[in-house]
Amino acid sequence: MNLKSVWHLGIKELRGLLRDPIMLVLIAYSFSLSIWTSANSSPEALSKAAISIVDEDQSQLSSRIISSFYAPYFVPPQMITTTEMDSRMDAGMDTFALNIPPDFERDVLAGKTPAIQLNIDATRMSQAFTGGGYIQQIVTSEVSEYVAGYRDAAALPVELALRARYNPSLSPSWFGAITSVIQSITMLSLILTGAALIREKEHGTVEHLLVMPVTAPEIMLSKIWSMGGVVLLGSAFALVVVVQGLMAVPVQGSVLLFLAGAFLMMFAMTALGIFMATIAGTMPQFALLMMLVLLPLQVLSGAMTPRESMPEIIQTIMLAAPNTHFVILSQSILFRGAGLDVVWPQFLALAVIGVVLFWLALARFKKFLK
Amino acid sequence: MSGAGTAGDAAPPVATVADLTLRYGKTTALDDVTLEIPAGRMVGLIGPDGVGKSSLLSLLAGARVIQDGAVQVLGGDMRDKDHRNLVCPRIAYMPQGLGKNLYPTLSVQENLDFFGSLFGHDKAERDRRIADLLASTGMSPFRDRPAAKLSGGMKQKLGLCCALIHDPDFLILDEPTTGVDPLSRRQFWDLIDRIRKDRPGMSVITATAYMEEAARFDWLVAMNAGKVLATGTTAELLERTGAADLDAAFIALLPEADRGEDVTVMIPPRTGGDDEIAIEAVGLTQRFGDFTAVDNVTFRIPKGEIFGFLGSNGCGKTTTMKMLTGLLEPTEGTARLFGHEVDARNMAVRRRVGFMSQAFSLYPELTVRRNLELHARLFAMDPDKIPARVQEMLTHFDLADVTDALPEALPLGIRQRLSLAVALIHGPEILILDEPTSGVDPVARNGFWQILAELSRKDGVTIFVSTHFMNEAEWCDRISLMHAGKVLISDTAGAITKSKGSATLEDAFIAYLEEAIGEAAPDAQPAPEPEPDAAPVPAKAAPASHADRPGFSLRRLLSYSRLESLQLQRDPIRLTMALIGSLLLMVVIGLGINMDVEDLTFAVLDRDQTTTSRDYVQDIAGSRYFTEQAPLTGHDDIDARMRAGKISLAIEIPSGFAADIARGRDVQVGAWFDGANPSRANTVQGYIQGMHGDWIQRQARQIHGDAALAGNFELVTRYRYNPDVKSTVAMVPAVIPLLLLMIPAILTTLSVAREKELGSIINFYVTPVTRLEFLLGKQLPYIALAMLNYFLMMGMAAFFFGVPFTGSFAGLSLAALVYVTATTALGFLVSVFIASQVAALFATAMLTMIPAVSYSGLIDPVSSLSGFGRVMGEIYPTSWFVTAVRGAFSKAFGLAEMMQPIIAMGIAVPVIIGTAAFFLKKQAR
Repeated sequence: MNLKSVWHLGIKELRGLLRDPIMLVLIAYSFSLSIWTSANSSPEALSKAAISIVDEDQSQLSSRIISSFYAPYFVPPQMITTTEMDSRMDAGMDTFALNIPPDFERDVLAGKTPAIQLNIDATRMSQAFTGGGYIQQIVTSEVSEYVAGYRDAAALPVELALRARYNPSLSPSWFGAITSVIQSITMLSLILTGAALIREKEHGTVEHLLVMPVTAPEIMLSKIWSMGGVVLLGSAFALVVVVQGLMAVPVQGSVLLFLAGAFLMMFAMTALGIFMATIAGTMPQFALLMMLVLLPLQVLSGAMTPRESMPEIIQTIMLAAPNTHFVILSQSILFRGAGLDVVWPQFLALAVIGVVLFWLALARFKKFLK
Repeated sequence: MSGAGTAGDAAPPVATVADLTLRYGKTTALDDVTLEIPAGRMVGLIGPDGVGKSSLLSLLAGARVIQDGAVQVLGGDMRDKDHRNLVCPRIAYMPQGLGKNLYPTLSVQENLDFFGSLFGHDKAERDRRIADLLASTGMSPFRDRPAAKLSGGMKQKLGLCCALIHDPDFLILDEPTTGVDPLSRRQFWDLIDRIRKDRPGMSVITATAYMEEAARFDWLVAMNAGKVLATGTTAELLERTGAADLDAAFIALLPEADRGEDVTVMIPPRTGGDDEIAIEAVGLTQRFGDFTAVDNVTFRIPKGEIFGFLGSNGCGKTTTMKMLTGLLEPTEGTARLFGHEVDARNMAVRRRVGFMSQAFSLYPELTVRRNLELHARLFAMDPDKIPARVQEMLTHFDLADVTDALPEALPLGIRQRLSLAVALIHGPEILILDEPTSGVDPVARNGFWQILAELSRKDGVTIFVSTHFMNEAEWCDRISLMHAGKVLISDTAGAITKSKGSATLEDAFIAYLEEAIGEAAPDAQPAPEPEPDAAPVPAKAAPASHADRPGFSLRRLLSYSRLESLQLQRDPIRLTMALIGSLLLMVVIGLGINMDVEDLTFAVLDRDQTTTSRDYVQDIAGSRYFTEQAPLTGHDDIDARMRAGKISLAIEIPSGFAADIARGRDVQVGAWFDGANPSRANTVQGYIQGMHGDWIQRQARQIHGDAALAGNFELVTRYRYNPDVKSTVAMVPAVIPLLLLMIPAILTTLSVAREKELGSIINFYVTPVTRLEFLLGKQLPYIALAMLNYFLMMGMAAFFFGVPFTGSFAGLSLAALVYVTATTALGFLVSVFIASQVAALFATAMLTMIPAVSYSGLIDPVSSLSGFGRVMGEIYPTSWFVTAVRGAFSKAFGLAEMMQPIIAMGIAVPVIIGTAAFFLKKQAR
């Protein structure tokens, strides 16, 4: 192993990258704008939900309830009749339909516990639960405020003090920003090395290298350190400048520890990138292959939805993917401030996966050169 | 080359070009060219690479848009679309590059069949013509071989067959013999001669880089830098310049400034002895599977010799070189350099060898200087000596002016010098050069060989070089002729010529090749001179040939469908994407994106330890959402276990909880939950609040009785269409429209972008195929595949995910058919504007998915959108299909309810295809 060759070849990769405007834009975008937008576009729990109301009561209370649905949580409610309700929901025009029965106000005041019906289109999962909760709260507070004018309800003095930790205001942009950093690291370390290898193949320069005193592992390592270095620098920038600086998201744990994890992750992913490039051979094929590999890796890693809601078998299979461990360690470090004493198993797993992937990639790469 | 030349003298020219100028960005490819091309002749277009030959030919063929000036072909204006449509069946165009317009994965037969069907022959007629053409070109035995696996010569013959299948009147050939061995070249021209004999009226124009070839044409056009230098017969050109051969005549015709230093290659005789052997091969053999690429090759090359290697493309030259350099391990035999066996791991030997591979193999992103420096460093030269050595090479190879230029900006001749400089930077003793001069103009070639001569004679460098040029072969000390993996003869040029009693080296080679082929497979190749009517070239028959006039043709449409499905079948990665891509992604998303919150871990810090407090906890622990962990011991324990991700919820019940409740004093239960993932945290929050509320009501009722409930109401929530509120019921039907959008659109985009990138789009430019036939033809197989995917996904949804289906399956399938017709068309719409496959792929993924995810009612109903999003949502086919799928799965939609989405999508289909066809170019720009 000649480290000097690895160094010079890596410098060559970096110079090549500098002359590739599309890749540069992609890197810059992934570590800045993409994080910003994906953080801010993660919808608040509920926004502009479509609701329509059947008001069969036409009382003071019912109109108070109706006027309490407003932006940004809801679009102005549509007033409809009972018959319209079903057809509108079938056509997917409303997510929520509230039905206030006749004599609602009178029955409430009489202590009769009347029923008010809320229809939810549960095929829109993302809104069904949170929206249902909001509506319940809104109606309850309107009713109790209204009733309060008339009499006191006897209630138990037990209060629930709920506190969300690590993200007290449950701001979705915090989660979005960090998830986006994780995904950028995954995607770029795969694309950059894969593309670097395919570029060499398309230009016929790989063969050229091999007649020089350079070996296959040296070529691979040069690509890994250079492209991985770019990704690592980019992610440090994204985390410190964009996430902590511009977006003022508090990071709980040590950024350095996270970057050490990112280093292991990048080692594993760049090896995977080389492996895929040797299978694909051309750029378009590589891009197609990437769609088939990257999306499952990201969706199933637990970055988007928690791992524990996935089937047992998927959870087990995904233990073989570097993403899973990286997501766990990043979320532990960045959100919960975990130290190495907590996340060492993930570090270990990542290192093992990285070595195995590197070894597989090297075997394929040697074959690919023939 | 035959008597046919004089026949057309009286006829009007087949093509005239007036004041023709063509620019690519800032470069001028053709500069005010005016030219008349005589009919019925064999016209040659000569000049080095990049002087505008190919541009001129593509304009004549109607493959490219005319910018300035006029082009008349076969009696009409080529700017006129109707005229182009009318004459394109009479023109045949074979673009530059080995098999450029062929489909590499298709077999010989399939390629021919495709071209035949574009010109409107029926099956029987096509078969007859294909059989005739294959017989007359000697390709019959290779009928089922994929075009990619043919040798260069055979590819060109196949290209010619494809061009001839419709009996053209005007044959346009762009460097048909570049990179082809002498025998195949000769066979190629014989074939053209015979065709012209049968069809004397046919006009042929050929661009060529081989001057020997050009010398035999009826009439020549010499071009340089976008201008015509001279026209006339060979004799006229030689007379005008007073030169002995065309090479010299061409150089003389160049303007003074471009002529450069006209180097006459002078190679002094070799003086050194043959005692030191630099390169030795003994019984070198390389097999790939059952294919023997190199078969028992043996030679010895003494130090300082220039050893030439000749043979057709694919005969094993490059493979032999790879074995000599250690890139390939020989299957059998040994290769020795300076007496050391070649070993890929032996770095010391590599330092003594310089290699210049066939493909241009410098780093395009590094400047000339950086390329040299990188190679010097990789050869581990002493860092202090590198700057001086680089400077030396820059001066010696005359590169000082371009030190900081990028290689791609340089002319080919200079790039080759740079490649040589790079190969020599570390001062190797052996130089291995794989076709270093192909495509380089004669002046630059002479200069290049002069350098080689000096290296060999002055510095004693051993040079092993492969070439197609006979004059270069004659400059070598010794040459080897290789064919089908075997070395036929190794000797000096003179001895080889003499051994066959031939006039020229080329004739001698052809004699050797014929001998070898005759031995190997007596009936695999045609007799050099076919008997007069043994294999008639299909010519006079079939008046139907030009009958298929412009207008819609189902046959042409279907021939593109067939082509597309054959290509797809032979591309494993695209096929995987097409067949199981959507299924795989559906499983991933269906299982992975799960909003159900179940089995959340929680633990309790119970400081009260009463029945009341246990009752409170029991409510939570009993639900299916939470699972209880070991009790907490204190606040530190909460911190530690939550940080490690062991628990998501911690509950603290204060001491005196039960007692305080009983006395009606204020009590506070503490709950901490992990808010890192807000959407999950929101759900958790909702659950806890709900359970807390229920518990309080129950307690209140126990203490105060029913009176406590007065002034209350009940909110009855009905989760419609998905009563259990299960993620899969919501998710899986929503994924189907997305996957039926993204994957089919990507595949159709690629199918057009591929043709653009690989060059076969040219067939669309120069054949009678209309834009609609091209698009619809390509679309059909992808619609079929998308429907297959639709059925697979439906099966998956029903049987794997167990999503209940309540509506009309037939109705939904009809909607799906209309939908995938629209989505495949969307792919075309993107591809029309994009030339590279990678860009097309990402652009399609982004452009189709963003409106689908944001504006198609997946999250918010279209009715709640406003402005642009609303308009997009109302017209985008995905919105309608989302309604249809959800309706069919969960809302019991019958055929009647399905009609509105079907009609809405049905309107989108012709609009999208029409727009794509409108913007699709029928000519290159």
